[in-house]
Amino acid sequence: MVMKTELVTLNMGPHHPSTHGVFRMRVTLDGEVVVEMEPMFGYLHRGLEKLAEGRTYTQIIPFTDRLDYVSSMAGNLAYCVAVEKLAQVEVPERAEYIRVIICELQRMVNHLIAVGFFINDLGALQTPLQYMWREREKVVDLFEMQSGQRFLYNYMRIGGVSHDLAPEFIPALKKFLDDFIGYYEEFEDLLKGNEIIQSRTIGTGVISAEQAIDYAMSGPCLRATGVNWDLRRDDSYSIYDRFDFDVIVGENGDNWDRYRVRMGEIMQSHRIIRQALEQLEELSPGSVNAELPQLLRPPVGEAYAAIEAPKGEMGFYLVSDGSIAPYRWHCRAPDFVNLCALRDMVVGGKIADLIVTFGSIDICLASVDR
Amino acid sequence: MISLTDIATQAPVASWWLDSPVSSDWPCHNFWAHWAVFSAGIIIGVLLVVMAFIWFERRFIAPMQLRIGPNRCGPFGLLQPVADAIKVLMKEDIVPAVADKTVHFLAPILIFVPVLLMFAVIPFQNGVGLIPDLNVGLLFIVAVGSIETVAVFMAGYGSNNKYALVGAMRSVAMMVSYEMPMALAAIAVIIVSGTLSMQGIVMEQSVPFALLLPMSFIFYFTCALAELQRTPFDLLEAESEIIAGYHIEYSGMKFAMFYLGEYAGAIIQSAIIVTLFLSGWKGPILPPFVWFLIKLFAVFGMIVWFRATWPRVRIDQLMEFAWKYMLPLSLINLLIVAIETILWDPVQWWLVPVNIVITAVLLTGWAGMFKLRGGSEVGA
Repeated sequence: MVMKTELVTLNMGPHHPSTHGVFRMRVTLDGEVVVEMEPMFGYLHRGLEKLAEGRTYTQIIPFTDRLDYVSSMAGNLAYCVAVEKLAQVEVPERAEYIRVIICELQRMVNHLIAVGFFINDLGALQTPLQYMWREREKVVDLFEMQSGQRFLYNYMRIGGVSHDLAPEFIPALKKFLDDFIGYYEEFEDLLKGNEIIQSRTIGTGVISAEQAIDYAMSGPCLRATGVNWDLRRDDSYSIYDRFDFDVIVGENGDNWDRYRVRMGEIMQSHRIIRQALEQLEELSPGSVNAELPQLLRPPVGEAYAAIEAPKGEMGFYLVSDGSIAPYRWHCRAPDFVNLCALRDMVVGGKIADLIVTFGSIDICLASVDR
Repeated sequence: MISLTDIATQAPVASWWLDSPVSSDWPCHNFWAHWAVFSAGIIIGVLLVVMAFIWFERRFIAPMQLRIGPNRCGPFGLLQPVADAIKVLMKEDIVPAVADKTVHFLAPILIFVPVLLMFAVIPFQNGVGLIPDLNVGLLFIVAVGSIETVAVFMAGYGSNNKYALVGAMRSVAMMVSYEMPMALAAIAVIIVSGTLSMQGIVMEQSVPFALLLPMSFIFYFTCALAELQRTPFDLLEAESEIIAGYHIEYSGMKFAMFYLGEYAGAIIQSAIIVTLFLSGWKGPILPPFVWFLIKLFAVFGMIVWFRATWPRVRIDQLMEFAWKYMLPLSLINLLIVAIETILWDPVQWWLVPVNIVITAVLLTGWAGMFKLRGGSEVGA
């Protein structure tokens, strides 16, 4: 007997517990198998790029917090680096160190949250995520010491940072770094050897290195495919050439590799912060902000600068017409570009893998839709 | 014809706190009194234990997740389930316009009834229960327990929702996979104890069968997790994938019935595990009924612990695990148990370490050959 089967079209999202915001997927299912997947963006579009054209260069910095709110500091930095390139501003050395420390802390937090939600999507409801929230909370406390905010920091400034390190910051940071190693081992004990996590992630959501490059993917998603590319090392913005760290690379570009690359990068960030702290202590105290006019008027021209944000290459393209506001402000959001490859990763897999793969890309809808 | 006065005068005979087993004089003149007392007792008891389980799960899982858990409603948050029950009762009952109204209405009822039926054959204490000495007790449990799947499919199909349908299809695919090793694990118990009566199985356990038949215990426990839709087999209501699965379209009291059925199912599966493998009510010093409750909560605590720790398997992995791992090993286990029972008929104590070693070797050896790695196959 031949059974007649029918394809089912299922709208996943924008209201769905694991779409990490308001992402919508139109999925065509053959039973449990995903036959076709069409991503739909734009539910969180706020027109930030247009809004920015009416703001002064400094007023735009809060917008960059609201792009990728899980790692606001990286957005701050990417924008400031771009404006500094456009206006040729020299950043004081002390500010560079503070920026590196803050951004690497942000990377640790972002990867913890990414892995936590990824495991959450795998079905281990809450427990690993809560452990990672605990670590994030400590870092958020550190950021609060610096910027006074717990979520949208607005900390970086063009040509530096808004405040020098608070006196209690460095002891608190050192305590966090010392404690973190034990907690990190706890995460590894809980998750790494778990047979179910391995069987669910190894070999699912695969994307090849060639495809990843064709999609212009970046960040952990690209490195998981085996491409050894990290802007911190290969572009060396800021002062990353002064630190000794490894670029963690995966092999197969599957969910497992993306998870492992993130866990590895957490420890590399830990290493960078340690080195930065040592070098910072040898540095004499000084200004953390470049001398700039109150209203910055960059020369007519254009600039693109990118940093290795936790999610990938976060870049800003700025066009200046010599006025106090940018003529054009464009953001290259890493998660938007990475998300475009989702279809190729999930078609042919099961619906459960679709959710897991989607979680493993680590997106933030606010930055995807802008 | 039995009048109400008869029941009133005979009811004390059926009181479960007496030491003399009640079932020994059944069916006799006081059958109806016995039936009335135990039916009411079971329904009230199940509802109370469901609330206790909900509270226990939330309080037990909270410290594992670095939380405190409910602590506002009553002492230690003990009244939280009561407050939740009142809230859910007052909620609006929403029936989707496109739902199959009859099926949608019947499913929540049907899911609760078989669970309650299964309590009939559980001995809560020596000989105390509705019909604890039913001579096909275990068969009754396996048979009635399968009805639940029908209710789940009715809920999923009747809701006319795609997520619910996916959940319902998963439930059927799962049931055919895990029911087989589950029944085989139970058969090993029957071979050793030589009886299908739950009362008889408890009486036979001079050594808890969890030690004597470790593999059956592990497999039954695993399958019970699947039957309960608990982590790592909570595919039916996988929150991150299909949101709530088959009961996505239910609200108010109908949803509460599913919730109730789920936790009552947790009680009955814990009770079956306690009866089959953990020597039921038996235990030193404390009264038997207290022992039964302690073991019940211990088993449920294990289930909650799994939920706190493990992620979910995929549907094809669950089926592969059931058919390629548990089923062959269950058959081997059955063979070993049968041979042992023929050779050494009254159970020998030294079989305990032997069986534990055999189990460890078989489980790890088979696991070495059996890997679930890799993506799912296209168009499978």
